[in-house]
Amino acid sequence: MSTVTGKAAQTAKGPQGRATAKSPAAGPGASQGRQVRRKPLGRQNAAGWLFSTPFLVLFLVFMAFPILATLVMSFTDFGLRNVTHPLDAKFIGFENYVNLFGDDKFLRSLLNTGYFVVVGVPLTIGIGLLVAVLLNNGIDRARTFFRVGFYAPVVTTIVAVAVVWRFVLDPSDGLISGLFSEVGLTGPDFLGSEALAMPSMIAMAVWRNVGTVMVLFIAGLQAIPTEVREAARLDGTGVWAEFKGITVPLLRPTMLYATVITTIGYLNVFEEPFVMTQGGPSDSTLTVSLNMYREGFNFFHMGYASAMAYVLFVVIMAITVLQLRLLKDNTK
Amino acid sequence: MSATNAPGTLRTAPKEQRPSTGSASKGSAPQAGKPRSGFRPGRVLVYVLLSVGLLVMSAPFLWMALSSFKTTSDLSASPPVWIPSTWTLDNFRELLDKLDLPLYFMNSVIVAVLVTVCNLVFCSMLGYALAKLKFAGQNKIFGLVLGALMVPGNLMLLPLFVLMSKLGLIDSYAGLVLPFAAGAFGVFLMRQFMQSIPDELLEAARMDGAGEWYIFWRIVMPLVKPALATLSIFTFLGSWNNFVWPLIATNDPDKYTLPVALATFATDPNKAGGSNGVLMAGAFLVVLPVLILFIALQRHFTQGIATAGMK
Repeated sequence: MSTVTGKAAQTAKGPQGRATAKSPAAGPGASQGRQVRRKPLGRQNAAGWLFSTPFLVLFLVFMAFPILATLVMSFTDFGLRNVTHPLDAKFIGFENYVNLFGDDKFLRSLLNTGYFVVVGVPLTIGIGLLVAVLLNNGIDRARTFFRVGFYAPVVTTIVAVAVVWRFVLDPSDGLISGLFSEVGLTGPDFLGSEALAMPSMIAMAVWRNVGTVMVLFIAGLQAIPTEVREAARLDGTGVWAEFKGITVPLLRPTMLYATVITTIGYLNVFEEPFVMTQGGPSDSTLTVSLNMYREGFNFFHMGYASAMAYVLFVVIMAITVLQLRLLKDNTK
Repeated sequence: MSATNAPGTLRTAPKEQRPSTGSASKGSAPQAGKPRSGFRPGRVLVYVLLSVGLLVMSAPFLWMALSSFKTTSDLSASPPVWIPSTWTLDNFRELLDKLDLPLYFMNSVIVAVLVTVCNLVFCSMLGYALAKLKFAGQNKIFGLVLGALMVPGNLMLLPLFVLMSKLGLIDSYAGLVLPFAAGAFGVFLMRQFMQSIPDELLEAARMDGAGEWYIFWRIVMPLVKPALATLSIFTFLGSWNNFVWPLIATNDPDKYTLPVALATFATDPNKAGGSNGVLMAGAFLVVLPVLILFIALQRHFTQGIATAGMK
């Protein structure tokens, strides 16, 4: 009922509302009911905007404006000089975009980022789901303990974690080479090898992000009505059939959300290569974000870097929409 | 519901366990998510799998912690020394000699506290307006918030840097705080929580002549303390761990935040001097406060993630 009056009141905004607001001392009368509803409306309109203002100002100045400015910059030759004189940048149409697709380095970074996502996302989602299912089914006492353990990497400072992993993977005295030498072998130079640098980085990303996915899946699992499982158990449904027939379908919304946020996160991957490899060896871990950072802030090709940012943005949007479509249709 | 129609591929394992629930109270038995009491061979496997997983998850942390107390000879020994043969604080001493950690720590704290306070106030205000007020343009603003949730941060870095240079805010706390002072996630979270407050309560206060600010500050805010706690934790941590923007927005080493200082130290061969022990000591000191905070407040973390994921 309250929503109905709310809507009615909303449409009745304007002069009427103001008129009644002017006479708050009209006193109790036959029209009191209407008046009480309308009087706060004029007030609510003003209050609504006042409460929104701080966010909107910050949003417009530090988000909306920069997003549009990136688009404009991507059509210019914006360079170091223009940091102090932005308006002097020359409009060059689609030149940056055209150049991007003839730029081997950029294409390489796109490919590397794609590799990171294509291998990293399924691994993260798969392992996260496995851990969540294990935690939800077999364990009661130690559940919190394990959950904390698996989630801990998520909250830690990524730069520090990348520094640690660099050492873990160190070919001469790292953790993994240590394990190799315990059994009399020599470990590979993970980060120094073109073939192994990216997989190493993916391993680290999976390690770091499994916890988020796990927590999402645990929440999803606990939202599955217990009667459904009980009914299946009474029918004698097996563990695997229960997983396939009940758990996975009912987890689809969670799966969708987890996949989308993990994909977006991985498409933006920056800190790991920045700290661990600086994009090397021979650009094998150069990601789009790292490439953009370098072009923009090391070489000050800011127009060019802006075009890169928008290409990445379009890719992210396209993949997100695609994932939403694909995974949603499957539920039907 | 169609899921229940899944044909039961008959397996006996779960069935056999049913009798073993006998001693358990009837109340807890139907909770499928909770395990039943009694010995299950499957459960041992689950514990083994999880323990192996946990070992892998914690290995880098253990390695970091142990290495930071190792002597140079232990660090380069082959075969490796897992537990330091002599425990030493030399790595920490050398680190503090080369890197003014207290300064960077304070920078990180100041920025994170300011960002958190701003978010609590601004996001709650808009969250309240969206959840509990009726005003023209409300839906459009909510649309903006949802849109802002989806835009990747990389998209605004370049003009933001130019803007901050023009405003003279490079190397200032304001430059580090303002772009993060009001996040869309916070608005979304606060709106979700505030919607569950009964309208009658607020109507009653309005009847009594309470102003919107009073209602917001005195009635609504105390009721959403759990949400404020969740938002504080996430915002503080997000700021504490943030790297890209502080890297761009600071040139003066005195204004570096912890991650920027550590990354600069770790990627500059002249500074780090190639000593892994010193770097591990650095990583240890950066990670430790976060881990302590997390373990103390872990319940809020997992609840927050779950809430945000529910929509």
